[in-house]
Amino acid sequence: MSSRLSSGGRLLDRSTSVAFEFNGRKLKGYAGDTLASALLGNDQMLVGRSFKYHRPRGIVAAGPEEPNALMNLGKGGHFEPNARATTTEIFPGLTAQSQNHWPSLEMDVGVLNNYASRFMPAGFYYKTFIHPRAAWKHLFEPFIRKAAGLGKAPKDRDADTYEHFYSFVDVLVVGGGIAGLQAAKNAGEAGLKVLLLEQTPHWGGRAPVDGAIIDGQPAEIWISSTVQALENMPNVTLRTRTMGAGVYDHGYALGYERLTDHLAPSTAPRHRLWRIRTKQIITATGALERPLSFAGNDIPGVMLAASVRDYIVNHGVSAGDRTVIVTNNDDAYRTALVLKDAGLDVPMVIDARPDGGGPLMDACKEKGIRVETGKAIAKVKGGKRVQGIVLCSQAGAGGMLEEVACDAVAMSGGWSPVVHLWSHCGGKLNWDDKTACFRPDHTRPPLGATGEGFVTVAGSADGEQSSGDCLSNAVMRTNDVIEALGASPQSTTAPQADTEPMAAMAAVWKMPQGAGYELRSKMWLDYQNDVKVSDVQLAAQEGFESVEHTKRYTTLGMATDQGKLSNINGLAILADSLNADIPQVGTTTFRPPYHPISLGAIAGEASREIFQPIDKTPLHEWGEANGAYWEPVGHWRRAYCYQKPGESIEDAVNREVKAVRDSLGLLDASTLGKIIVKGPDAGKFLDMMYTNLMSTLKPGKCRYGLMCTENGFLTDDGVVARIDDDTWLCHTTTGGASRIHGHMEEWLQTEWWDWKVYTANVTEQFAQVAVVGPNARKVLEKLGGMDVSKDALGFMEWKEGKIGGFDARVFRISFSGELSYEIAVPASQGRAFWDALWDAGQEFNVTPYGTECLHVLRAEKGFIMIGDETDGTVIPQDLGLNWALSKKKEDYLGKRAQQRDHMTDPNRWKLVGLESIDGSVIPDGAYAVGTGLNENGQRNTEGRITSTYYSANLNKGIAMGLILNGPDRMGDVITFPKIDGSEVKAKIVDPVFYDKDGEKQNV
Amino acid sequence: MLILQCPYCGINADETELAAGGQAHIKRETVGSDDNAFEDYLFRRVNPKGVHFERWRHANGCGKWFHAARCTMTLEVFGTYKAQTFEPPQNIKDAISAKRPGWKWGDFS
Repeated sequence: MSSRLSSGGRLLDRSTSVAFEFNGRKLKGYAGDTLASALLGNDQMLVGRSFKYHRPRGIVAAGPEEPNALMNLGKGGHFEPNARATTTEIFPGLTAQSQNHWPSLEMDVGVLNNYASRFMPAGFYYKTFIHPRAAWKHLFEPFIRKAAGLGKAPKDRDADTYEHFYSFVDVLVVGGGIAGLQAAKNAGEAGLKVLLLEQTPHWGGRAPVDGAIIDGQPAEIWISSTVQALENMPNVTLRTRTMGAGVYDHGYALGYERLTDHLAPSTAPRHRLWRIRTKQIITATGALERPLSFAGNDIPGVMLAASVRDYIVNHGVSAGDRTVIVTNNDDAYRTALVLKDAGLDVPMVIDARPDGGGPLMDACKEKGIRVETGKAIAKVKGGKRVQGIVLCSQAGAGGMLEEVACDAVAMSGGWSPVVHLWSHCGGKLNWDDKTACFRPDHTRPPLGATGEGFVTVAGSADGEQSSGDCLSNAVMRTNDVIEALGASPQSTTAPQADTEPMAAMAAVWKMPQGAGYELRSKMWLDYQNDVKVSDVQLAAQEGFESVEHTKRYTTLGMATDQGKLSNINGLAILADSLNADIPQVGTTTFRPPYHPISLGAIAGEASREIFQPIDKTPLHEWGEANGAYWEPVGHWRRAYCYQKPGESIEDAVNREVKAVRDSLGLLDASTLGKIIVKGPDAGKFLDMMYTNLMSTLKPGKCRYGLMCTENGFLTDDGVVARIDDDTWLCHTTTGGASRIHGHMEEWLQTEWWDWKVYTANVTEQFAQVAVVGPNARKVLEKLGGMDVSKDALGFMEWKEGKIGGFDARVFRISFSGELSYEIAVPASQGRAFWDALWDAGQEFNVTPYGTECLHVLRAEKGFIMIGDETDGTVIPQDLGLNWALSKKKEDYLGKRAQQRDHMTDPNRWKLVGLESIDGSVIPDGAYAVGTGLNENGQRNTEGRITSTYYSANLNKGIAMGLILNGPDRMGDVITFPKIDGSEVKAKIVDPVFYDKDGEKQNV
Repeated sequence: MLILQCPYCGINADETELAAGGQAHIKRETVGSDDNAFEDYLFRRVNPKGVHFERWRHANGCGKWFHAARCTMTLEVFGTYKAQTFEPPQNIKDAISAKRPGWKWGDFS
């Protein structure tokens, strides 16, 4: 059983006990505990159920590589799934729940899968749940969804806050072990701006646990003095609890700082995402120990050897009273010595190497520990806990030599350098046969903007093993970086530390060598995804030769740990099955982040009301106070309608529609884009931008213009007014202002750069109000100032002057078919101007109207709307707008494209009006069905609805649509099926429904 | 995330400040050109592994369009230059030649 020792634990504060809750049980740990060490200290060896077979699982590791101990943490808005117990620091009141079991962790029904495991091999789901088709949707998929997945998705909105932080440095050092500290020190002493990140709360990495002696003193002394030296350097920034999450192009890197995860929920930001630009990166990210593949290596109590050591030294927690060590290298002997020193029993060290190890093995023997060389574990005995092991020869098929009773197994399959960050941006790896691992190939680093490498690797991440070698490697690598940055290294000597000789490790990929199927199907490669040696072998047999394919077929190395423990073992098995070398098989792609980071951190501050800035017109507040029902249009909020108290949206729209045509309406048109185009060549330029001729427009006049892209499709429309000889004002759609301004600039800068034209987007400089209706002129005359009579200001003319004392440009243009003036005043005067109109309009029942009313009014007149009648595939000719295409111009954007054969096809759908026979409103986007079936057996279509409304003025549904040969079929009745299975019949009519002769605006 | 120097304002701009505009040095075809030439102009783009010329706009900065010569494989940047030109300036061509002797891109080398 695992337990808390009476002494030891260098990170513990035994005077501060911490109460927490696991699966509803109240437990106790100490300040300095991780959730994992606290659970082990309470003999909680079973911490979860496996993904596929629901096998009992315990803690395997002590760091971010932990595959099993995934927890649901917290409650309500602070709930978080899949948190690793090994990286979770406990605090008073922490609540944790294990995952993937029902009804309980101890008693899980899903374990039945375990007994059926023979029938659930690799690719089981792909192979089994294919037929019948319908069963996938209704039976298999819902069932598998429920069974699959580890944590629960949070139900409540995240109550925490997050932030981003920008950092610009010369050197980013990732990893605060002794190599990282040394690298930061050398770079700092060379005068460089350095940022050093360490993912845990503690500096120094493994060195203190492994008993390293640096400069003649215990590692901890050197670590604290080095940290102190770094803290005293103004050019060095240090951060613990901050992981280097990813390395990206041109020296961009992400750091992930966990600010308050180790504290009870608070209002302070929970995570901080560091967005770092650095000239050089040194990754001193250490190495991860690999498991060994023997039958039953997933039973709770089987752990990584170094992790067993970590728990004893760091937390005073033992994984078991009697621990068998199994290894293929010397490092695991350290664990035997630590266990022995703690007064615990080590019945046996099983070394797969025929000749055993070096000095560390000798030290064990001196302490009386039994060492068996050339041996292996045939299988582990036990269910929810280890009860013993069966010893066999590594060379054989697993014949029992003896049974050894124990309650824990500490295994070591060698070490894999953490090369993730090196590889994220393209750093290449070499296979090292001697240490059986991939090491960074420094001749092929990730390349930056200059074509030179910008990442280097130091310490055990570079494949070094002893503390002495790690330190001298760090000095060497860092000095290379310092020189690459044009600075001078201040020191070339590394601190003195042990470089104790170790015997060569042996590559042992399965145990024993000749294990049969029975044993291989219980050897776990990937604990998190339940992938066994036999699964990878089956995948290879079935032809999955690429490591990337095998990964996806077997799920090896997927999910939240991304194969930190399993990948090397898995690809070694794959290589063996394919009779290939490991480097030939290669690794899967390393992708950021190194370890999962929260979505909240990625979003940072950009959530809720500050997710996106909102543009507000000068009349926004008036709308807020007067019942505006808002809709987003681009970044603007526009009033859809203005509701009176108790009024429905529909009623409000119908009221507005009638009021405008009966008397007087006001529209906030401030959002319309306003672009000034000025210069000697401005007319020539606008002739290219618009399909119409704009150069011939006289000052004081307005013209409605169409804009197409170079491939002929309509992209925007609006009224252009000529201000003076070399100045035009171009109105765009609400959403189009910056897009069209950008479009103009692109052509000016990249095609006609010798034309003398200047553009400015002045949209937000003006408030614009449309004064619309039979009484529009009267209200303006009441305000007084400018003569707005028919003779003084004709249709499609504009004038500048004073209206009611306001500086105004008055455009006599109409998007409603009514007598209409659009009046622009400086934005700062917008609200006062609106208020003046409002007061003056009272006697005319002045009615503010919104965008829906605007839509209905324009549809009654058959005016198109960009985004309704157009969708990026529609040309002006489709909409009967040929009158707006200049015949006089040689060229305009889109003209050549409109000559392509598909564009001139007489069968293109064309715009018409549509009236439902029963007066109802035809559903938006409905398709008209023609005769016959297409090649997929579906009914042929012959058109679609582009705009459809209820017209309160006409008291019926009206619509526009693009219909095959529409303009030639006036009076025809066509059919629109509806979603509910019924259909609506509609007559093809002229798109102008109201005041066909335009008499109302011609007054 | 790339960094490109805007040749107008001199700023080393982060990719978030920039908008990509696709292949550079495309000659406009218009009324009078045959269908094939027009199709090439409108739709056909090269996708080289190695030296490439691209259009970028310093969209969240000075607003200017410029060109970048870079390697699509290593992301090495050979240089940036103003968009008002029909071919890359000699110093850009020299910079590419120094790193990629014998390079060729369309009519340029």
